[in-house]
Amino acid sequence: MTVIEASGLRKEFTVRVKSGWLRRRTRIVAAVDGIALSVERGEMVGYIGPNGAGKSTTLKMLTGVLYPSAGQVRVCGLEPVPQRTRLALRIGVVFGQRSQLWWDLPLRDSFALLRHVYAVPATEHAGRLAHCRRLLDLDAFLDVPVRQLSLGQRMRGELTAALLHGPEVLFLDEPTIGLDLVSKQAVRAFLAALGAAGDTTILLTTHDLADIERLCRRLVVIDQGRIVHDGSLDELHARYGSRRRLVVDLDEPLAAPLALPGVTVESTQANGRRITYALDGTTAAGDLVSRLVEAAALRDISVLEPDIEDVVARLYTRQAAP
Amino acid sequence: MRGDDSLAPHATGSRAPSYRAYLALAAAGFQRYATYRQATVAAVVTNSVFGFLRFAVMLAVIDAGTRTVAGYDNRQLATFVWAGQGLIGVVLLWALPEFAERIRTGDVITDLLRPIDPMSQLLAADLGRAGYAVLTRFVVPVVVGALVFDLYAPRRQVTYALFACSTLLATLVCFSCRYLVNAAAYWLLDVRGPQTAWTLTSGIFGGLYFPVWFFPDAMAIGLIVATPFPSVIQIPLDILVERGSPAVQLGLLGVQAGWVVTLLALCRWVQRRGERKLVIQGG
Amino acid sequence: MAYRHLLAAQVRSQAQYRASLAVDVTGSVLFGVLDIVSVVVLFRVTPTLGGFGFAEVFLMTALASCAFATADLMVGNVERLRQYVRSGLFDALLVRPLSSLAQLVAMDVATRRVGRVAFGVVMLVLAAANAPMELTLARLALLTVTPIAGALIFGAVFVATATVAFWWIESGEIANGLTYGGLNFTQYPITIYGALFRRLFAYAVGFAFVAYYPTLALLDRPDPLGAPTFLGYAAPAVAVMAAVAAGLLWQTGVRHYRSTGS
Repeated sequence: MTVIEASGLRKEFTVRVKSGWLRRRTRIVAAVDGIALSVERGEMVGYIGPNGAGKSTTLKMLTGVLYPSAGQVRVCGLEPVPQRTRLALRIGVVFGQRSQLWWDLPLRDSFALLRHVYAVPATEHAGRLAHCRRLLDLDAFLDVPVRQLSLGQRMRGELTAALLHGPEVLFLDEPTIGLDLVSKQAVRAFLAALGAAGDTTILLTTHDLADIERLCRRLVVIDQGRIVHDGSLDELHARYGSRRRLVVDLDEPLAAPLALPGVTVESTQANGRRITYALDGTTAAGDLVSRLVEAAALRDISVLEPDIEDVVARLYTRQAAP
Repeated sequence: MRGDDSLAPHATGSRAPSYRAYLALAAAGFQRYATYRQATVAAVVTNSVFGFLRFAVMLAVIDAGTRTVAGYDNRQLATFVWAGQGLIGVVLLWALPEFAERIRTGDVITDLLRPIDPMSQLLAADLGRAGYAVLTRFVVPVVVGALVFDLYAPRRQVTYALFACSTLLATLVCFSCRYLVNAAAYWLLDVRGPQTAWTLTSGIFGGLYFPVWFFPDAMAIGLIVATPFPSVIQIPLDILVERGSPAVQLGLLGVQAGWVVTLLALCRWVQRRGERKLVIQGG
Repeated sequence: MAYRHLLAAQVRSQAQYRASLAVDVTGSVLFGVLDIVSVVVLFRVTPTLGGFGFAEVFLMTALASCAFATADLMVGNVERLRQYVRSGLFDALLVRPLSSLAQLVAMDVATRRVGRVAFGVVMLVLAAANAPMELTLARLALLTVTPIAGALIFGAVFVATATVAFWWIESGEIANGLTYGGLNFTQYPITIYGALFRRLFAYAVGFAFVAYYPTLALLDRPDPLGAPTFLGYAAPAVAVMAAVAAGLLWQTGVRHYRSTGS
């Protein structure tokens, strides 16, 4: 079942540029420029892109906070803006930098209040809350007013608040922003479990690519309002020529350099006793190792997997491999 | 993950927020203000100090010779001033523009993502707040006034009921006006201008600084009928000090009710326009 | 001079919101109008107030308005101390090599409040012209010095009441009770107040010297309460004492803040 369906989605903003005293020119900028996206029930999609790429704008159009300038969008079969309040009952949204909790009230009271706002049956609410309390370790600060919570505690509260009404789709806008390592891991583990259950569709934006590696099988990359990649992480690596690396430590330098197809020397250190090879996949790592063993006394080897940060940074700066 | 406490989505069925949602929001509004006890103490002390200052001026006006001023005698004026000092806390005449700040910072989008529209959320919370204020900010100045001065006690039992209704309507009128001031933030960079305008007009034409009957009669009647300001302070207080017959008082309630309907409709319209602007142009 | 640059930066950043500024200036003038309207309306229903006629009370109100508006313009921003202490921004002021009070004040010398001062001066000229007195050089001097001394007294009250925030952050509007309440108090002759309030506001805080005693001196009227006439000229001395007291209170407050680190 398709839960999110968008095509030709576009959002323009008028920007006023000051040009001299009183005179202002207006310029139209497309924050989102023709996006097509289709997400099936239970999918967990990472939505990434540099600042200003249009991530939040897309999210706002999907949740009914922004009206698209053009294109179609359906979430849970509803049109987000005209049917916003109906949609609200079926989605959960967490904005990493905005709170949906009641600032002056203890977390427990915010949750109780949300039960009424979303008209959730008491037993269902209690069940979900018990679940979140267990997985997110809420008990220690359930009675503390939200304003006194640490960022990590608040985020765990926000996640709970977004899930208490059993949303079919969960939108997360930078859910791990500003969190310390332990809190990040707690949030990720929780989301991973939620995703694994397969009932809730999750779309999350992030700048922390570890979130994506840990959580999302599918990755959508947006830049300048357009989708530049939609597929798995592996596909991204394949497409952008990310390379695995092999680092070898030798007892003494090689007599002559090795010549294998698709293998290049990236760097040599310690007078030639440590060599870093980059492999594009034409030659298997094993073949390279056996050639090395023949050529010199091998002391140590390590394989470095391609770095997602690298790939994405290259994507953002548009230095994609041919 | 399955089990009675799983996070499986709610089975899609017809489900809508009921009156309970509004009750819960009101309770939260009550509780929110109850947590700031020191601020409540500070507010009642301030209101009481101003009570002494305002009543001193009123006493001076009466002492100048006449037994009554603009139809109020000494005790009626005392009640007018002291109950008025309590009433400004109940209707919350002066509030920080919190909602405007939510619009400015964009936090309003979290309000939009709830199944209840932002205005109803705010209204429910404000009624809860007013409930708390009745027990604290209204009672204290009235008790202080009663201890130090001779207050006018209503002669007709029905006055208490009328006053309660009138106070509720006044709270709604005041909420609407404050809401409109805040909603200006959808279009303006900051709402200090509308805020200032509201503070001034509500104080001077609403009956706070002096009863509007100190103005010429024609002007006073015009203000009461044609502007919402006297519906906030003047009308409830006139009902409390039993100015006019019960029929006149019912008429005043009708004026208030008319303003409530008009202003709430206006608020709803403004909110829709504001949302539309937000939804089309972005935050 | 560092403060001058702080001030200039403030004025520049406010001027960016020109529409807001226009609205604010208008608003602040209207607040001044309100003081006058109140007096006019009260005298519609009574011939005298506390034994004084319209011309006399009008003069008191004008003096009080002028003094308050000037103080509000200069140091009104100390009201925001509460937010600064609460949000921890006050720490940022303490680490700079300038006086914390001066910085806080310079943070927002609200250009918008200029309107009210200007309006106050106009009202004072009208009130003086309307009052039954002959304009001598001595009276002119008194008319000039009194609003300045009054501004100093109000300024001291602004600072002193703001200081409460060092001990009590949730003090809410309580400071307004003394500042705006003080404005209300000084507008009218002190004869209308009860003994307790008179002792507290008029004598202890010194509000009687803002408008009441100077008006008596200007009009050559004996005090119905029997105070000697020379008190009309004592405002500057009282103002200096008030300013010194407020300064000391501020320093104590800052010391308390530094030791508790709240």
